[in-house]
Amino acid sequence: MREYLDFEKPLAELEEKLDKLSAAATSRTGAQEDLTKLRARLHQLQTEIYAGLTPWQRTQVARHLQRPSTLDYIGRICDNFVELHGDRAFADDHAIVGGLARMNGRPIVVIGHQKGKTLKERMHRNFGMPNPEGYRKALRLMRLADKFRKPVVTFIDTPGAYPGIGAEERGQAEAIARNLMEMATLKTPIVSVVIGEGGSGGALAIGVADRLLMMQNSVYSVISPEGCAAILWNDAGKAPEAAEALKMTARDLQDLGILDEIIPEPMGGAHRDPMFACDAVKKSIEIHLTALQELPLETLLQQRYDKYRRIGVLAT
Amino acid sequence: MAWFKKDRPTGGDSGKKPKFQEGLWLKCNHCREIIYRKEVERNAKVCPKCEYHFPISVEDRIDLLLDLGTFREWDAELAAADPLHFKDTKRYRDRLLDAQQRTGKKDALITGEGRINGARVVLGVFHFGFMGGSMGSVVGEKVILAADRALRERVPLVLVITSGGARMQEGILSLMQMARTAAAIGRLAEACIPYIAILTDPTFGGVTASFAMLGDVILAEPKALIGFAGPRVIEQTIRQQLPQEFQRAEFLLEHGIIDLIVPRKRLKETLSSIIAFF
Ligand SMILES: [Zn+2]
Repeated sequence: MREYLDFEKPLAELEEKLDKLSAAATSRTGAQEDLTKLRARLHQLQTEIYAGLTPWQRTQVARHLQRPSTLDYIGRICDNFVELHGDRAFADDHAIVGGLARMNGRPIVVIGHQKGKTLKERMHRNFGMPNPEGYRKALRLMRLADKFRKPVVTFIDTPGAYPGIGAEERGQAEAIARNLMEMATLKTPIVSVVIGEGGSGGALAIGVADRLLMMQNSVYSVISPEGCAAILWNDAGKAPEAAEALKMTARDLQDLGILDEIIPEPMGGAHRDPMFACDAVKKSIEIHLTALQELPLETLLQQRYDKYRRIGVLAT
Repeated sequence: MAWFKKDRPTGGDSGKKPKFQEGLWLKCNHCREIIYRKEVERNAKVCPKCEYHFPISVEDRIDLLLDLGTFREWDAELAAADPLHFKDTKRYRDRLLDAQQRTGKKDALITGEGRINGARVVLGVFHFGFMGGSMGSVVGEKVILAADRALRERVPLVLVITSGGARMQEGILSLMQMARTAAAIGRLAEACIPYIAILTDPTFGGVTASFAMLGDVILAEPKALIGFAGPRVIEQTIRQQLPQEFQRAEFLLEHGIIDLIVPRKRLKETLSSIIAFF
């Protein structure tokens, strides 16, 4: 079953027609011709819709329930994935997954937010919103990578860190802050890929990296458009306006000098052709890791520091 | 990011700001008692009924902590740009101008150096009245410049913090200030330069989740509200009432998140002994 977003409704009708037609007997004269025509129209319509996505529409694509998740990417681009659990202190947070893996034979530590697709899965994953123990699990794995000099790859896909009582009691802010500081000085290359939703500090907490990559339809923001609209417009319904104002698409981040690469997605978004998306991600990570692993450690760390040192715009 | 949800629709400089109202009498932000203003002023702006510490001005804070006349401000000219051309119900540019005119400050953080009982320190003090003490490129830059100076001159860094979090009007650039300030504090840590964070009412969001929680020593003023997510955001998410005194300094101390709660009157002396230790 395909899931359509509001602005994809015209596609739904066309694809339904196409499905019916191809299922029907094709012996009828002209049937093949009709099919070809219909496909061409579909392609044209898709191209039009996707070329003109508003930031808010792109946010919907980034949050699409069928979008490939961290575990989908790991499953496709890594071999011998061994998942490691828990923060060795409090619990295993299901909203963050991580472990040891190989990518094209290269050993890596891989970490990512995990959202889940069905309602049951999503509840189990707390909708991809980590608690402090999730960030501490991630940090534990990153320290392991540091100790054995294995590169770190992280996948970002979260609405944000979980705003709960327990999270505050166990130091959500401290857990995020600690990760930011330690990632800045981690003695091994780090590549981060925003695969879906980059939700503020909860995303950044596993996203301080030598190279930051974003999928074409992913978003990354200081606050969700809904949250921003609720505060600044006093009306969560102004989320589309907020999404526009926040400059949160991959292209925006590239313009602001924060992004190293935009990874192309198949027509209609990564969920329309997950294999295509996974292979594109793998190719990019591979290129960046190869380049980073050639750098002497001191250069790597200096470049990482300098990269962040430059971010920001002041009045002249 | 975790700005708390506010009653009023304006941006950073409104809403849940603990106010020090005009007039003869004022209502305590914590115990809600009506108290005589003069009595509070005489008491270092501390509520005589419940020990709640009202916000104080940057100038009062500097006088409270540093030896008289020793403060020298740095980077006072740094001001925000509007790289996103951000506009909600009002333009960011106009909000900045308003805040600058109202406060006489360029942005939400004042930094410089001075002496505490003769010992040199690098000091930063946040001003909540400037767009809720929010962190955009200027605040981030000033934290880093202060940390750099502390590192170069091997002098302790002290930050007195109050902030609603990252400044939404600079979008992702504000979020990235969390990473770059944390990286700068990381450099201090590697060089073994002490950094003391003093958290005051209120401190939230991306500021708590970066340099505020990275102090070698983290102090807080009594009853200060400190957290990652704002209380109303949490309430809306979990759909339950929050426990009494949730996110107050005492709550954080009880949960092992901060080192010590220090009443304002003893802050300088406590800070002085901590610095002397390093
Ligand atoms: Zn009181």
